[in-house]
Amino acid sequence: MALLSKKDTSLLLDPLADNNPITIQVLGICSALAITAELKASIVMAISVLFVMGLGNVVIALMRDLIPSKIRIIVQLIVVASLVIIVDQVLKAFAYELSKTLSVFVGLIITNCIIMGRFEAFALGNGPYRSFLDGIGNAAGYGLILIIVGFFRELLGSGTLLGIPVLGDPIAKTGLYSIGYENNGFMLLSPMALIVVGIIIWVQRSRNRALIEEN
Amino acid sequence: MRDKRLTFKKRLHILKHRYRDKKMAPAFNAFHTFLYAPNETTHNGSHVRAADDLKRTMNTVIMALIPVLLFSMFNAGYQHYAAIDAANGISREVSLFENFLTWDNFWIGIVHVLPLVIVSYGVGLLIEFIFAVIKGHEVEEGYLVTGMLVPLIVPIDTPLWMLAVAVAFGVVIGKEVFGGTGMNILNPALTIRAFLFFAYPTWMSGDKVWVQGAVERAGGPDAISGETILGYLAQNNASEFNYSVSDMFFGFIPGSVGETSAFLILLGGLFLIFTKIASWRIMVSAVIGSLVMGLIFNGVVDAGWIGETSKFYGLMSFDFWKHLIVGGLAFGIVYMATDPVTGSQTNRGKWFYGFFIGFISVMIRVFNPAYPEGVFLAILLMNVFAPTIDHYVVRGNVNRRLKRFKNATVYPKTTEGEGAKLQVETV
Repeated sequence: MALLSKKDTSLLLDPLADNNPITIQVLGICSALAITAELKASIVMAISVLFVMGLGNVVIALMRDLIPSKIRIIVQLIVVASLVIIVDQVLKAFAYELSKTLSVFVGLIITNCIIMGRFEAFALGNGPYRSFLDGIGNAAGYGLILIIVGFFRELLGSGTLLGIPVLGDPIAKTGLYSIGYENNGFMLLSPMALIVVGIIIWVQRSRNRALIEEN
Repeated sequence: MRDKRLTFKKRLHILKHRYRDKKMAPAFNAFHTFLYAPNETTHNGSHVRAADDLKRTMNTVIMALIPVLLFSMFNAGYQHYAAIDAANGISREVSLFENFLTWDNFWIGIVHVLPLVIVSYGVGLLIEFIFAVIKGHEVEEGYLVTGMLVPLIVPIDTPLWMLAVAVAFGVVIGKEVFGGTGMNILNPALTIRAFLFFAYPTWMSGDKVWVQGAVERAGGPDAISGETILGYLAQNNASEFNYSVSDMFFGFIPGSVGETSAFLILLGGLFLIFTKIASWRIMVSAVIGSLVMGLIFNGVVDAGWIGETSKFYGLMSFDFWKHLIVGGLAFGIVYMATDPVTGSQTNRGKWFYGFFIGFISVMIRVFNPAYPEGVFLAILLMNVFAPTIDHYVVRGNVNRRLKRFKNATVYPKTTEGEGAKLQVETV
């Protein structure tokens, strides 16, 4: 007996590739640009969104028959805001330095289009179990892109990964730096995140032609 | 057996036929049509024969760039030796035949400028060929000019691998993703320059990079300075350089490889206008724009609104017309702003487009003392706005004609309202 039915599996795995919230639906771009200069921040952001979205979807799905449709957006905001406050407080308690790096962007998870999008599109019309899978899947798809972008931006921009120098020391000129290599400062600027996301979209669509829209 | 009497042209024809419909065909076609006129004709429909296809156009621009390139090779050496003399306390006067057009100077140019040209063309054309083969269309000629412009707008000591990375970025992200030559919204050469500037700012600005050898000697006992005129001005050190106006005009000053000689750029510009390759409207309006902005700043200084201690004083008090002969403004106006793909298409739009390039360039120069060269940013900005300008010019034209039709007497005479309505509908 399979743990997940076929539909459940696709709920969980589709957002990782062919229905990725960032590269296909082009949602949640703002945070993908803002916090991906370091891999660590990307990972923490991915985990935070995973928590908020998985739990938020469940809460909304449980309440879906009780929420009057006229005020559903407000209810959704309250749910997501409460969860974000939990994340924010946990970060401040256990990873204070990192929470300063992420600064306002943890708070801005509230306005992350992906979360509201999944509440509206999925959790309001499905049971808690499936909503949970959908939330986890979409958050993982979002986090995956964040981590890929963060990986390349930190590696090429600072020559480090998770803060550990991997290409040598740029000041003492060891490793790659001894042969004249230099960090690419452009990678640390937000426009480059947009370009990296663009390249991911490009690669994805040229591998799977079905994703290309007709115009 | 191969016939020895076959001409090179004939052999290329044969080669081309052999590879027809193969994957590599675009690559062979590119070589063939680069050297000779194509031997194919269209089979149906009417067509116009014109000698100036895209390749000829590109070659004309390159011809206009050759004098600049040669001059820059001599200037590279001249600035190198002049900086060493200056470091040793020897002042030197430029003399065209005695200490400028010398083999020593040219050798520095060959060793340091030619590799930039080779890397620029090598990497850029390689990417163009790869994309042509993947897409299965003819190799596009767009890179011929870009490849020549790129080495002329970078500092001479730019490491070659950086240039290669930037060229790859500029050609792929700046051009190919939009669909190749003719579809790009940003000038590819300036995209490459912008990438270099933001990615490796220490190699693209400051007082070390503009003279060959200044970087590697920095901090040593034989250190030499490579500050540009704009650099001095930005630090309010106008008294520290002793370049005369003729030095600035003819280009015996430090700067990016090919940007220094306003004289040769002017000649190239006239050549491009004469051959009708580049738009004189853009050039003239850009010159006007920069002069207007320069005059405004001069006026601000004359009115006494800013004092000598202001950090803008050096550049603001710089004579307005001298902005055209120092830095990259002249080069940008003549060779970059006039790019027909990324510039405005309408004649009226070209005036606005050019004017704002000149205007914004001088503005960035003055207001950004950390980086006194803003021509490339101004042109990229106006590249983005060019379609908007064209849109409003076209809209304005349509509206004006609509108004004219409404007021016109329509023959044959019908009742007034109907006639006007009829005409409006046929617009």
